[in-house]
Amino acid sequence: MSRSEQPLPRTDAVRAPLDRAVAAIRESTGTNLVGLLLLLLGLFAAFSVLLPGTFLQPGTMQSMMFQLPELGLLSLAMAIPLVSGGLNLAIIATANQAALLMAWILTTQMPADAAGGEIWLWIAFAFVAGFLLCLIIGLITGFIVAVIGVHPILVTLGTQTLISGVSIWLTRGQTLSGFPDALIHVSNETIAGIPISFGIFAVVTLGVHILLTRTVLGIQIHMIGSNLESTRFSGVDTRRVQVWVYVLSSLLCWLAAIVMMARFNSAGADIAQSYLLITILAAILGGIDPYGGFGRVTGLVAALLILQTISSGFNLLGFSQHLTLALWGFTLIAVMAVKRFTSVLVTRYCSRSSIRGS
Amino acid sequence: MRRAFAAIFSRAETTLAVVIVIVAMIFSFSSPYFLTLSNAADLIEAYSVTTILAAGVFVVLVSGGIDISFAAVASVTQYIAAMVATHYGVPALPAIALACALGALLGCVNALLTYYLNVVSIIVTIATSSIFYALLIYFTGGSEIYNLPDWWTDRVVLFRFETATGDFARITLPMVIMVAVIIVTHLLMSRTHAGRQIYALGGNPEAASRVGIHILRLQLLIYGYLGFLAGLAGFVQAHRVHQVVPTAMFGTELSVLAVAILGGASLIGGLGSMSGVVLGVLLLAILQNGLNLLGISPYFFDVVIGLAILISISVTALTERRARSRRRIVGAAT
Repeated sequence: MSRSEQPLPRTDAVRAPLDRAVAAIRESTGTNLVGLLLLLLGLFAAFSVLLPGTFLQPGTMQSMMFQLPELGLLSLAMAIPLVSGGLNLAIIATANQAALLMAWILTTQMPADAAGGEIWLWIAFAFVAGFLLCLIIGLITGFIVAVIGVHPILVTLGTQTLISGVSIWLTRGQTLSGFPDALIHVSNETIAGIPISFGIFAVVTLGVHILLTRTVLGIQIHMIGSNLESTRFSGVDTRRVQVWVYVLSSLLCWLAAIVMMARFNSAGADIAQSYLLITILAAILGGIDPYGGFGRVTGLVAALLILQTISSGFNLLGFSQHLTLALWGFTLIAVMAVKRFTSVLVTRYCSRSSIRGS
Repeated sequence: MRRAFAAIFSRAETTLAVVIVIVAMIFSFSSPYFLTLSNAADLIEAYSVTTILAAGVFVVLVSGGIDISFAAVASVTQYIAAMVATHYGVPALPAIALACALGALLGCVNALLTYYLNVVSIIVTIATSSIFYALLIYFTGGSEIYNLPDWWTDRVVLFRFETATGDFARITLPMVIMVAVIIVTHLLMSRTHAGRQIYALGGNPEAASRVGIHILRLQLLIYGYLGFLAGLAGFVQAHRVHQVVPTAMFGTELSVLAVAILGGASLIGGLGSMSGVVLGVLLLAILQNGLNLLGISPYFFDVVIGLAILISISVTALTERRARSRRRIVGAAT
């Protein structure tokens, strides 16, 4: 870092391309989002026709809002590393371990006769402990990725095995349950018809969106996803950015852990394992580039809504949950096929018009 | 002396081999049962399915892709072969051939999607894995098949000898299949035209396509081969546990991937050798077996694997970096 201390003069000549790049990152909604929203609308229309009087009901919408947050928060935890050109395979293991720690504090350490404010103090203590655990996991993961320079898939494959191994070892594979009523109560509470967990998800999503598009760190995360080396040579401390990526990802797992343990009323070492690949599926469906550098939270939210709509609609139609999973896979392939097809068409059109132009 | 030391540790395979010897020595001192033939034979048989799958994953990794649908493919082929065998009484060889052919076919689906959609294979295989697995559970209702024909479940002992302690060490069918897969994969990757092309594809896909390598044909071979081995592994797995459970192989994706990576296959592609993968499996097998014999809780095992992966990738990366900087210094001096 010490060699590139001299900042470039901020003349217009230097700033123009930089500003253009930042603008491109901010504005790159592309046609993808429009397509996803059309798909979502189509699904809504189809299910409304197929399920008259049951699908477009406040109750259905509310149950969708109850189910969405856990997968949503985990997908955000996967999306940030993906945008940075990496991947975090340890998100489920991290969330489970945080949930286990918080559950352990609430079920065994909290005195049984705690009441009123004391319970809330214990809950707050458990949350802080979970936060610190995720912070440490994120720092270690980020450190290994940034300093040793191994590909994140390898690192997080190792940390995933290690973290879930520690959880299994400490719990002997058992689940912890029986949380204070206050916590369960709050998680099932709604404000103006909107579940609290969905409110948390909405606020966090907005926060991540702002972070990725409006802050220096967010732009730097996009930049290292596009090209790590050239970002480093342009004077960005890429190691710091990479550590941040995995810290943020792990802290999102902490939020997911809170939502999950409150909804399932239990915590265990191998809960929700199947979500791992689904979060990647959701992120890619939402238009996040698997090679890194591009991707929008808005696209991810649209993808999550599509997945949830398929799931809820199929559930109401009486189809098995497995058929839903199959259709999720088909949706991803279909969306990629459409994207490929349009890009081929666009390239062909552009090359033809340029030939004609010259 | 120091240079010789550096030369030994410059390859992941030799590092692994040295580590394995050290670990094996520690275990054989602490447990007399560890270094016996019957224990070794049991160990090899227990890891046969993992090794067969890891061989296929290794080929995909060398080509620069990542396939995680093999567990779903193995479950699907295993189930269909078992259904055909139990309902229609199809004999051994056609049933095995069916499983392998079906596996190869599903692998080719992955290859076609990867090629024509122009997406990284990990994304394609996440999607196909969900589809294969979900449809399998949907159509079967998740029910197990217990009444497998005798030819499938009977233990085939090809060779048996008594050890000094009176135990029997057996050479069984899974071991033979495993060794055959190792040899074929090794020959494919190091002695054939296609193998060199797979390394070239993994090293630089653009260059590989410019020198005239038919990428689609090669990818059909790569993913088809993994699918074929997944079919074989599904057969061997059912042979060992005497039943077909649709969910049995589910969740093994990442551990098999970890085994292949532990053996020095690089995710960037173009690197790695079959011997490294075998050594990776061997290290895990010895660790698990040794910890078992020492009476350490099996719950602790994942912690050891996790640490082994993290240490191995860190050491590999650091030695690589040191080698690179040394090369740069030498290059600057001349």
